[in-house]
Amino acid sequence: MRIRAITQRILQQFIHDKRTMALMFIAPLLVLSLMSLVFSSPAYEPKIGVSADTAVFRTALEAQQAEVTGYGDVDSGNAALKAGDIDAFITMKGSTPSVVLEGSNPAANRAVIMALQEAAQSLQPAASGSGSHMPQISYLYGAQDMKTIDRFGPIMIGVFVFFFVFLIAGVSFLRERTTGTLERLLSTPLKRWEIVTGYVCGFGIFTIFQALLISWFSIQVLGIMMNGSFGYVLLMTLLLSMSALTLGTLLSAFAANELQMIQFIPLVIVPQIFLSGLFPLDTLPLWLQRIGLATPIYYGSEALMDIMLRGQGWEDIARDVFMLIGFSLLFMLLNVLALRKHRRM
Amino acid sequence: MNQVKPVIEVTGVDRSFGNKRVLKNITLQVDEAETFGILGPSGSGKTTLIKLLTGIDEATSGEVQLLGVRMPKLKMLQQIGYMAQADALYTELSAKENLEFFASLYGLKGGNRTRRIRDVMELVNLQEHLRKRVDQYSGGMKRRLSLAIALLHEPPLLLLDEPTVGIDPVLRRSIWQELKALNRKGTTIVLTTHVMDEAEKCDRLAMIRDGVLLAVDTPAGLLQATGSATIEEAFLYYGGVRQ
Ligand SMILES: Nc1ncnc2c1ncn2[C@@H]1O[C@H](COP(=O)(O)OP(=O)(O)OP(=O)(O)O)[C@@H](O)[C@H]1O
Ligand SMILES: [Mg+2]
Repeated sequence: MRIRAITQRILQQFIHDKRTMALMFIAPLLVLSLMSLVFSSPAYEPKIGVSADTAVFRTALEAQQAEVTGYGDVDSGNAALKAGDIDAFITMKGSTPSVVLEGSNPAANRAVIMALQEAAQSLQPAASGSGSHMPQISYLYGAQDMKTIDRFGPIMIGVFVFFFVFLIAGVSFLRERTTGTLERLLSTPLKRWEIVTGYVCGFGIFTIFQALLISWFSIQVLGIMMNGSFGYVLLMTLLLSMSALTLGTLLSAFAANELQMIQFIPLVIVPQIFLSGLFPLDTLPLWLQRIGLATPIYYGSEALMDIMLRGQGWEDIARDVFMLIGFSLLFMLLNVLALRKHRRM
Repeated sequence: MNQVKPVIEVTGVDRSFGNKRVLKNITLQVDEAETFGILGPSGSGKTTLIKLLTGIDEATSGEVQLLGVRMPKLKMLQQIGYMAQADALYTELSAKENLEFFASLYGLKGGNRTRRIRDVMELVNLQEHLRKRVDQYSGGMKRRLSLAIALLHEPPLLLLDEPTVGIDPVLRRSIWQELKALNRKGTTIVLTTHVMDEAEKCDRLAMIRDGVLLAVDTPAGLLQATGSATIEEAFLYYGGVRQ
């Protein structure tokens, strides 16, 4: 009853505040469209696995810009490819190398193919013409025509949803405090957890629509690669919104005004984006990779990539789902405790 | 002499912010169905005292009891109608939406809720502005809406922090008539004020300065004790201006 009252009030406030509503809905679409237009990919050193029988080709490949690893048998190579440890795996079919690309990262695809072509050319001096050494290429995930935005799309959906929900939920909770309405709420028999839950429900309903719109727009209008279930994309977007909303309302307890809320962006949002998988994490120091494991965006974008690029299902995203639910519950609990600062009971 | 049991009992209350002692050893009682005024210069600790009574804030030492229950206690908040010194309203919502929201928090629903909203808005003379957004209200209108919200769930105890600031004399008189009517129905009212003719209407007054309770008495009693002709003189006397 009381939770419903808060939920309803938040929705009413949204309806009256058209501009904020527009920011929640339109701004992410705008930025995503822009990204899809301008994204260009950085140079990348591919990791290539080779089977034992590729001796000649391997030597040629090692001379290129690539990190080459040998695998004793074909199975272990394929397993490494599936796990994402290597970008491509090469076996020999007679005298022709056969290449399977992991495929979900266009920058890596291009880098692998470039390295292969140069290796093939170095084996075959101009006179004999191109032929048998030119490798056959196939893809594990993705496809040849995959664009950079396909790779970054899922991460960007996660990042923007997180960013906008974090900011708007944080600021509106903050304003409860600065306008004195929080004190007024706390002078009613409302329990602290009811306030937090009311916020989650009010914004939750709102973010369902936001998640729907952003997912639909990205896939249907921008045409970002989508190999999995739309339902799962929606679920992940929504769970990411929840973690953003609960984190935003929690952190607003440590901001004195709107400007200080904005100051959390470089502290909380930007590092998460860098550690989200947008850039290869393998090259980072271990402690920094570990920090990435403690951020909601990492799990959100990991799962969105699994679904949209690799077409994977529940088993592969279950961990991410539970992590995000865990984050949201933790932030809610901490928020209930943070409200003790304003009323002990 | 007084047989009525106290609604509020404050015993030896201290409240400090950091090492600043804002309330010093306050002891007082408020009886059922009386209007109890708290008078004192700006910064003397009136708002701090009111907040201790609501249970939002907690005494550093000493105790506050409401209807025999030691505060702070969540279930007692249903018994209190609180009006803060600063209007706490959702300005992007209409008055009606504000009222409905707070009514729901106090568990009012259906026809009862509609009836109460109409009654309190009539009382503060805002019935024509029910659907107006609060950011289009004037200062005095916001004050009246805050008062309406405090009265909404018919609480037996009203805690009003400067309820009539920015309200014109005609309306102020009708609000006072209404408060007195509530008194007769058994509602206990504690309020802070700077307006002297309002102070005279209180059954009893507490004079407070620098967090120290200087006197608690009826208006007539205070006049006698200080040898003043008006409450204003008494106020100045206790404010340290007139010796
Ligand atoms: N949260 C706080 N932290 C530190 N000091 C505070 C806090 N709240 C109030 N004070 C101090 O306590 C004193 C009393 O404040 P209070 O608001 O109770 O005054 P008041 O009597 O209501 O004044 P006014 O008539 O101006 O409303 C002031 O000196 C104020 O600075
Ligand atoms: Mg005050």
